[in-house]
Amino acid sequence: MIEILTAVMWVAGAAFALLAAVGLLRMPDVFTRMQASTKASTLGLGCLLLGAALQLGDFASFIRAISIGAFILLTTPVAAHVIARAAYLADIPLWEGTVLDERRSESDRIAQHDELQKGRADGGMEPPPIEHGNTPK
Amino acid sequence: MLEIITQGTLTTLGVSLLLALFRLVKGPTLPDRIVAMDLIGVLVVGLIVVVAAASGVRAMLDAAIVIALIGFVGTIAYATYVERGRPE
Repeated sequence: MIEILTAVMWVAGAAFALLAAVGLLRMPDVFTRMQASTKASTLGLGCLLLGAALQLGDFASFIRAISIGAFILLTTPVAAHVIARAAYLADIPLWEGTVLDERRSESDRIAQHDELQKGRADGGMEPPPIEHGNTPK
Repeated sequence: MLEIITQGTLTTLGVSLLLALFRLVKGPTLPDRIVAMDLIGVLVVGLIVVVAAASGVRAMLDAAIVIALIGFVGTIAYATYVERGRPE
């Protein structure tokens, strides 16, 4: 019975780990890759740990497996958040199919649109940089 | 039966490690490589846990704890480097 439970847990954990790796390989963007890998790897490692704790059947190893799982569950979202923040602040390009970027403000979008329009009207010349805040005279 | 399951699990984890290693080598930007390193750390922890349970060597769980700790600290350090380590 214990062996069957362990086998089920390990098969599920290995499948989730493989899903994480395939998502890391196939997703188009840093942020999508990160969400695929962190979610799947957390669940996969949890399943592997549960199977190992069942198989060892020992109180000390059970406590160790629980502590590894709790640590991974606590730290993986923190690490993902820090990497995503660093990547966004370092201007890593988003996937071209991205439909919403909430950290860009509305004024920035309007300014970039105006800049684009002015650049087209001038005939491909480099548009002057737009000053934000008070208008220079 | 558990022998076959163990070997299949270890093989699958090894294939996942190879895929993550491919992303680590190929990754166009530095955050891609950091994410790949993070996943490699988690996969190595899983591999060690499975080997420990299959072979009955309980001391390997301590090694898994240490690798999880160091992986988290390393990921935070790399992310800090990406965020404010760029020359202005």
